[in-house]
Amino acid sequence: MSEFTLVDRVICAAAQAWRDDGEVLATGIGIVPRLAASLCMVAINTDLMMTDSEAWLVSEPVPVGPREGYQPKRESWMGFSRIFDNVWGGKRHAMVGPTQIDRFGQANISMIGADYQKPKSMMLGVRGFPGNSINHANSFFVPQHSTKVFVAGEVDMVASVGYNPERLARGWSLDEIDIRFIFTNLCAMDFRGPDRQVRLVSLHPGVSVTQVQEATGFALHIPDSVPTTADPTPEQLALLARLDPHNLRASALG
Amino acid sequence: MKNKQMSAADVVTQMKDGMTVGIGGWGPRRKPMALVREILRSPLKDLTVVAYGGADVGMLCAAGKVKKLVFAFVSLDFIPLEPYFRQARQSGALDVMEIDEGLLMLGLKAAAMRVPFIPTRVGLGTDVLRQNPGIKLVGSPYDGKDWVAMPALALDVALLHADRADARGVCQVKGPDLYMDDLFARAARSTFVSCDELVESSFFEQGDEARHVFWERAETTGVVHVPFGAHPSSCAPLYGFDVRHFKEYAASAKEPGGWQQYAERYIHCSEQEYLVRVGGIDAVRKLPLPVF
Repeated sequence: MSEFTLVDRVICAAAQAWRDDGEVLATGIGIVPRLAASLCMVAINTDLMMTDSEAWLVSEPVPVGPREGYQPKRESWMGFSRIFDNVWGGKRHAMVGPTQIDRFGQANISMIGADYQKPKSMMLGVRGFPGNSINHANSFFVPQHSTKVFVAGEVDMVASVGYNPERLARGWSLDEIDIRFIFTNLCAMDFRGPDRQVRLVSLHPGVSVTQVQEATGFALHIPDSVPTTADPTPEQLALLARLDPHNLRASALG
Repeated sequence: MKNKQMSAADVVTQMKDGMTVGIGGWGPRRKPMALVREILRSPLKDLTVVAYGGADVGMLCAAGKVKKLVFAFVSLDFIPLEPYFRQARQSGALDVMEIDEGLLMLGLKAAAMRVPFIPTRVGLGTDVLRQNPGIKLVGSPYDGKDWVAMPALALDVALLHADRADARGVCQVKGPDLYMDDLFARAARSTFVSCDELVESSFFEQGDEARHVFWERAETTGVVHVPFGAHPSSCAPLYGFDVRHFKEYAASAKEPGGWQQYAERYIHCSEQEYLVRVGGIDAVRKLPLPVF
C-alpha cells in the first residue's frame, strides 16, 4: 500500500480533466493544475501539448522546481504572441485558480470589493481570463473550498465568462462556453446539473455532502449517489514523484 | 544617414504631460527601467500608461506619474501582487482601462494597422465590457452575431529595451520571447529603445543576427545606450531578474515613507551610481535566468 496525501489524490483526480481532449495545449496555472496536466500528458492523454511555462512547447512535461541539470525537450517556439494564436483557435484546455467563482462558473482574479473604482483588495487584473473563457475549455482548482471562493451572488469582477444567459451577446449561445471541472480540497464538481447547475461529482474520503454545501455560497446539484474520489495508483504516485522531485505540492493546499 | 543615439534625458524632454506611453516587456521581464527611472527623475505627469505591467507601472504609480492605466495585469510573477500598483488602485486615485492580455495586443495591432478597431470574441460576457463602456460591440456583416470591437490603442510614445541596437535604430532581441514589443513600436508615433549593447551596423551582417530584428529601423525614433538598462527586470539571455532587489522594492511598500526611501537610494542618482548601489555590474551580469 503506497503512502499518499490529499494533494496527491486531488492532482490524480484533476489529471483526468484532459483525458478526452485529444491534441490540445494543456495549461495548468499553479503547482496542482500544472502537475495534473503533466500527469495527464505522461500517463493518460499522451497527445497533449505543453509549454515550459516560458517560451517553448516541450514534448514531455518539465518537472517543477529547480531543474538540477534537466534539459527541457523543446519541440517548438511558443512565445506569448503565439499563445494567443493558439487560444483564439480554441485548441487549449486551461486549469486555473480563481479567487472567486459563482454559480454560473464566472470567475475572478482581478479585484475584491463592491466599488470597482476603489477595490478593497486589488489582485492581478483580468489577465487572459476573458479570452481563455470565450475561446477554449477551462477547469478550476480551489485549494480551500469556502463561501469566500464560491460566492453567493456574482463574482466581484467577471473576468471569465460563465453560463450566465443575461450576459450573452446577440447571436451567441451558452453552447459556445465550455467550463469543465472544479477540483477542491473537499471534492470534484462539474457543470452537468440541470440547466448547467454545478454538480457534485465525487467527495474526498471523510468529506460529507453537507460539509461541501455549507462551504459553497450557492445550491449544488447533488446526485442520488456520490462516489468517493479515486485513490491514486502506485504508478501515478511514482510519476508524480518524478514530475515534482522537490515535493513542492506538499504545501499547495495551504 | 540618421544617427538616432540620444540620452535618457533627451527621451524625457521629447515627452509631454498627459501623453499616452506604451512600455514594452512583460511583468518582470525586459522592461526599459532606465528610461522609467529617468521619467521618475523628471517633472513629467498625468501619463496614460499602456503596459503588460511590472515594477515599471508600480514605480510610476508610486511617484504619482500615472493618470490612467491601460492594463491586463500588473505583477512581478514570483511576487504575484505588485505592491505600489495595488496601493494606487486601492486608494481609488487611478483611472483604469482593465482589459484582457489579448485585447491589449489587438488594440496595439489595430493602431499599428491604422484601423479603428479589430473584431474579436475576447471580452464577451465579462465585466471588461461593463467597466469599459468605451469598448463597443459591433454587429457582423457576415453572421448574426455581435462581436467586441477592440479599439486601437494609439501611443504617443513607446519605451522599449533591446539587447543591442545600432545608431540607425536597428534593434535586436535575442531572448526567447519578444513579448509585444514590435506592436508597441508600430502603435507609437515615437519609439525610444534603450539597449544593453550599442553595435556597428555591420554586426547584423553576421550569421543569423538579422533574424532577431523584429521591427524596421523606421519604427525606431531614438536609441539610448544603457548597459543593464532593464535591471531589476531581466534581459534574457544577458541577465535574469533581480529577485533580491524586487524583494527589497516590495518590502519598501510596507513601510511608511517606503517609496521615498527607495527612490532616494535607487532613483535619485545617476545610472552608473544605480548599478553600484544594486551590487555592481559583475553581480547583475551573474543574475540567473528565471526557471518556472
